[in-house]
Amino acid sequence: MARIEDHIAPAARPAGISRPSTRRLDAAFRSGAGIFSILMLLIAWELFARSGKVTMFMLPPFTVVAKYIAADATSGVLWINLAVTLYRAMVGFFIAAVGGITLATLMSRFRLMRWFFDPIISVGFPMPKIAFLPVIILWLGVYDVSKICIVVFDSIFPVVTATLAGIAAVEKELLWSARNMGANERELTWQVVLPAASPQILTGLQVALPIALIVEIIAEMVMGGYGLGGAMMSASRFANSPGVFAGLVEIAIVGFVLIKVMAMLRHRLLVWHEETA
Amino acid sequence: MTSAAFRYLPLVLLALFWEALARFNIVDSLALPPLSKVAVAWVDLMRDGELVNNGAVSLYRVYAGLGLAIVIGGGLGMAMARWRTLDAFINPLVQLFYPLPKSALIPVTVIWLGFGDGSKILLIFLGCMIPVTIGAYNGARGSEQVLVWSARSMGASRLRLMWDVVVPSALPELLNGIRTALALAFILMVSSELIAAQQGFGYLIGYLGSTGAYEAMYAVVLTVAFLGFAADRIYQILMQWLLRWRE
Repeated sequence: MARIEDHIAPAARPAGISRPSTRRLDAAFRSGAGIFSILMLLIAWELFARSGKVTMFMLPPFTVVAKYIAADATSGVLWINLAVTLYRAMVGFFIAAVGGITLATLMSRFRLMRWFFDPIISVGFPMPKIAFLPVIILWLGVYDVSKICIVVFDSIFPVVTATLAGIAAVEKELLWSARNMGANERELTWQVVLPAASPQILTGLQVALPIALIVEIIAEMVMGGYGLGGAMMSASRFANSPGVFAGLVEIAIVGFVLIKVMAMLRHRLLVWHEETA
Repeated sequence: MTSAAFRYLPLVLLALFWEALARFNIVDSLALPPLSKVAVAWVDLMRDGELVNNGAVSLYRVYAGLGLAIVIGGGLGMAMARWRTLDAFINPLVQLFYPLPKSALIPVTVIWLGFGDGSKILLIFLGCMIPVTIGAYNGARGSEQVLVWSARSMGASRLRLMWDVVVPSALPELLNGIRTALALAFILMVSSELIAAQQGFGYLIGYLGSTGAYEAMYAVVLTVAFLGFAADRIYQILMQWLLRWRE
């Protein structure tokens, strides 16, 4: 019973029955506390780094790191690395999304496809596929293709499993009525099955996106070259610790923005669905 | 029996296909050594103890990091769900670190703790902490208010309430969070060892690859993949057993 309330107004639940004015006060308190916490974290970082308890190498002050990022941004290095990382992660994610949805659709339509891929997906999903990275380097070298490949290989599994689950959960009545109105298999897939499964497909994509980023960063660190992860690795080789922390902050911002954009996209695409109402 | 064999037949076909590709020189046998030779290399690695020694180091790192994350992250998540002030201050930090691609922490933990066990355990702990905390938090928030009220009215103390009401009702979501963390722990273990380590599965893969011992490298890669898979399956069984009281 408390569950339903949770979904409607998560912030207001613990207060029990609250009037609108107190709810607004509560929200103001929460966002104030949020800004306060993040500011405190940055101030604590700065003070701790300058306290002399740790060396500059162990923890450079936040202001030093911020200056480093600003210098990278004005010299243009930051934008090149950012573009390279985003390009590979997004191309990989896009291929995994299209490929995963297609594969799952085919699997649910053709029994032979299902028979062949079902054990591969269920065994492959929980595997740490990043262990295959040296094998992919052996096959494809250390450039864009191999990095995109490992991103696809790692992020396609959640898309396939989520799409399969979504298609399996489509209400039979929808299928029956569409068939009854004379829809053929292709129309059924495009106009009924995929739209009805789209909330779950989007959930799969929301799981796959962080995986794509994590794997892209690892691939850059192992293989070197341009990119935010590659830059972090070369900074660490030269014991350039402001460079390492700058990379951490930059990658954190990229992850934050991408995940927010994905959540907004979900909200947009599912305007028709009851979850957004 | 036959139905299980039929179900997993594609995997056997895939293995045969691999063997054939390499045997008939359709692809370079250096890039893809025959599966049978990989198996021989695996036996050799087992016999001279390298696989076991490095594997023990890797698994120790995975479970030490994960264990810390479960205790600290689980406790924090449930505490946040019960005390609103704590929630208001800690939740934004969780939201801030949640989307961070955890692999970006690899060079940072190396700066702090070097190339040994410490940096790997810290990395896995930090990476696994967020999914466990979120699982515990969502689970504990979902515990029915009526149960909490009745326990209170029967005179349960705050700690007693936590242990008897909040923890059991948070368990399903907490266990799901731990499952995500388990997969993440394996990923972070292998990749951090590939990048900077002197021991462990990832180190062994990198070392064998750089000396051109590709058969042995494949053997270690497949071992890690299998262990990750097995860990998840065993965890699923454990999860069902822990939740057997439901329904």
